[in-house]
Amino acid sequence: MTAESQVTTPRLEIAGLTVRFGSRAVVTMDELALGDAEIVGLAGESGSGKSMTTLAVLGLAGTVGATVTGSIKLDGRELTGLPDRELRDIRGRRIAAIFQSPSMAFNPVFRVGHIALRALRQHGLTGSEAADRAAQAMREVLLSPDLLRRYPSQLSGGQLQRVAIALAVALRAEVLLADEPTSALDVTVQAEVLELIRELRRREGMSVLFISHDLAVVAELCDRVAVMRAGEIVEQGPVDQIMSAPRHAYTADLLRSVPTLRGRG
Amino acid sequence: MTQPMIAPQAVRPPQTGITRGQALRRRLTANPLLTIGGAFVLLIVLAAIFAPLIAPFPGDAGTATNPFAVLKAPSAAHWFGTDQVGRDILSRVLFGARVSPVIAIIVLAIACLIGIPLGVAAGFLGGWVDELIMRVTDIFLAFPPLLLALALAAVLPASLTSLTIAMAAVWWPWYVRLIRGQAASVAGRAYVEACRAAGISRLRIIFRHVLPNSFTPVLVQVSLDVGGVILTASALSFLGLGAQDPVPDWGLMVAEGQRYFTPDWWLVTFPGLAILLTAFAFNLLGDGLRDLLDPKRIFLR
Amino acid sequence: MAPLLEIADLQVRFGLVRAVDGVSLDIAPGPFGLGLVGESGSGKTTVGRAVLRLVPAAAGQIKFDGTDVAALRGRALRDYRRAVQIVFQDPDNTLDPRMRIGPAIAEALAAHQMVPRRQAGQRVRELLAEAGLDPDFAGRYPHQLSGGQRQRVAIARALSVQPRLLVLDEPTSALDVRAQARILELVGRLRAERRLSYLLITHNLAVVSELCEQTAVLYLGRVAESGPTAELLGAPAHPYTRALRSAVPEVDAGARSARIVLHGEPANAISPPPGCVFHPRCPLAIDRCTAEVPALRTVAPGRQVACHRAEEVLAGAEMPSGTDIPRPA
Repeated sequence: MTAESQVTTPRLEIAGLTVRFGSRAVVTMDELALGDAEIVGLAGESGSGKSMTTLAVLGLAGTVGATVTGSIKLDGRELTGLPDRELRDIRGRRIAAIFQSPSMAFNPVFRVGHIALRALRQHGLTGSEAADRAAQAMREVLLSPDLLRRYPSQLSGGQLQRVAIALAVALRAEVLLADEPTSALDVTVQAEVLELIRELRRREGMSVLFISHDLAVVAELCDRVAVMRAGEIVEQGPVDQIMSAPRHAYTADLLRSVPTLRGRG
Repeated sequence: MTQPMIAPQAVRPPQTGITRGQALRRRLTANPLLTIGGAFVLLIVLAAIFAPLIAPFPGDAGTATNPFAVLKAPSAAHWFGTDQVGRDILSRVLFGARVSPVIAIIVLAIACLIGIPLGVAAGFLGGWVDELIMRVTDIFLAFPPLLLALALAAVLPASLTSLTIAMAAVWWPWYVRLIRGQAASVAGRAYVEACRAAGISRLRIIFRHVLPNSFTPVLVQVSLDVGGVILTASALSFLGLGAQDPVPDWGLMVAEGQRYFTPDWWLVTFPGLAILLTAFAFNLLGDGLRDLLDPKRIFLR
Repeated sequence: MAPLLEIADLQVRFGLVRAVDGVSLDIAPGPFGLGLVGESGSGKTTVGRAVLRLVPAAAGQIKFDGTDVAALRGRALRDYRRAVQIVFQDPDNTLDPRMRIGPAIAEALAAHQMVPRRQAGQRVRELLAEAGLDPDFAGRYPHQLSGGQRQRVAIARALSVQPRLLVLDEPTSALDVRAQARILELVGRLRAERRLSYLLITHNLAVVSELCEQTAVLYLGRVAESGPTAELLGAPAHPYTRALRSAVPEVDAGARSARIVLHGEPANAISPPPGCVFHPRCPLAIDRCTAEVPALRTVAPGRQVACHRAEEVLAGAEMPSGTDIPRPA
């Protein structure tokens, strides 16, 4: 896997990224790359800047009043500085995102299908094409397409998260930004969503940037991991290596804090 | 894609510790709403208190009339002009500060005194208490406010007191509703449950936790309502059901001055501006107080 | 030794929903920890709240030191409310945002007259220090503290009245991993220092393995199995426990077991399925499971399970594992 991504252009490449609120920098990222069909974890605690990184990649940092400098490239194409119109084409269609609270990602007054179809149509599909794609995507995430007719309040957290993923699938997004997508879910539901993400990588070749404070989840799901603290990446590398032999004291501290089924060593 | 929701912690600047006095001073200076609103309200209060001393023609606020100076435009002698019986409008506006805003404050004070306890009881205790209080409140709310005030004012002898009573009767149900929603929401929060679990008495929970946390919308509503009450009072006075001539009630002055508006615009304009300014001032003050009392705004960078 | 808290056949209903449907648990006097594990809809939080008398029991009994808790009134009820305390899940709402930390803790002290008023300030500082916080926090507002710090304040407040039993309702779920670890350390330390008993409610099996001698697993308001934690985790006797265990992510690749897939969504609490409530999702379900409700029975010393095939599960029966995503044909 890693050998391949060394040869081809990375799907997503972040270099010299700084996200600021006024004069205060909340993210100072030297480099981070996401290869084709690769799952990279961004691990860190709250306040480490991981969510702001997601917003910056989506070009939405301005909506919370932050300024972005540096380079974010999607398939070699520079995203920072693009006009909003072009960013809107990319958002959802090429870079999809799912967030921690699935119930907050869907407008409660609309049926879930309505929101999905609107997004699909916005990216160029006709009404019937959109309906077909949506139904197909729902089946791929093991949900009945009938559920599209429900309102968000009528679906469980796990189901909503799957619908959000289905939307990314329907849009044939190449990159998925997943910001703590399973933190609010039960552990068995989490396992299913993680399996789904793995399958998306296998089947669709989707690259995933998986953001989480839960190191155990990152260890199970990701190929590589970057550990963030106070806006900076303190270390990154293949997940097995980082988890078994961390080089930075912070990473070691995080690992020591994870409760295991056998009790802590 | 829909807008992402970010936890406030991710984007909020960190806070530091400084002394209480410094914090207060900083909040006051950083809070223009409070300063400007407070300044205006102070102005109105001062006008009300010192009217007899600053008004050029204090008698005009009472029964004095001056047939030789009827409907004079604003001039050096009469800054705001004179009205249809020759009274100095500036003096009447100044004395009016003792009438209209005071009525508004009394009405709203009564509305709060009735509305807040009922609302808190309904929201916090729930059950049949809630049902009973809300049904009674709904009955009052079912009447169009102005008509209800009219009906009440009509059966009472025309005076300022009746006006006040009539309007208080119309206003209190809104406060019950307002506080009830807040109180119910606060009552369900973890810290209230923690108090119940710790065996703290219900009365103490109400006074120490529910009331302070339900209060802010009331403050804002009161500040908005000051203007509303003054205008309603003026409508009732216009219909002859409240303030009577020669009381310098601003609303009454507007109502009476309408007839002369063209071309003698000053009879309506200056009392009207006074109402506007008062409503605006209390509005700003209300917003400012709300911000001042919000603990989360301490140590704003 | 007589149990400190006995819950017998507890039922709690919210309208038509049977949140708790016949739960029996025992908590021994301290130091002792009982883990209550379950996912959403399992009723675990409701059990905790019923113990605190924050929700009424529709049926069954809760006995503290042998006395029925529901019958307590007046003075006795106040004493009970001192002896049993709770720490809630949500660190954002657990403290009154308009009250400084010091007065918030002092409030509980005053309600039970734990110390003379003059000494309250000193006591508050001691409690904060015991919870691993800077005593100067007493002058701060909740929003000036991090989530983990607020949870510690909640623990300090709970401990201020010297309780004998502490109910911890998902105390770490909303916290970062290091804050979680610190809270769990704190609980462990307090347990030893104060000989505390606690009911640790959580959805995370890994957390109970550290702090609880006994654990009970709940599913849809009923106990699926209960027993000594190490045994329960090492050799589960209920299919749900096995599935739950397999779903817990592990950093150490060697500790991972093949994931057992549960199909479908958790059942509806308003109209639970007939027979065993778990049968629609159970990989080992047989006909008997659709008709007959399994009773909680002892299958090994100290191990109680509500499953018709418990012995087979205990012996390590094969359960289908793998993914639930079908590959395209």
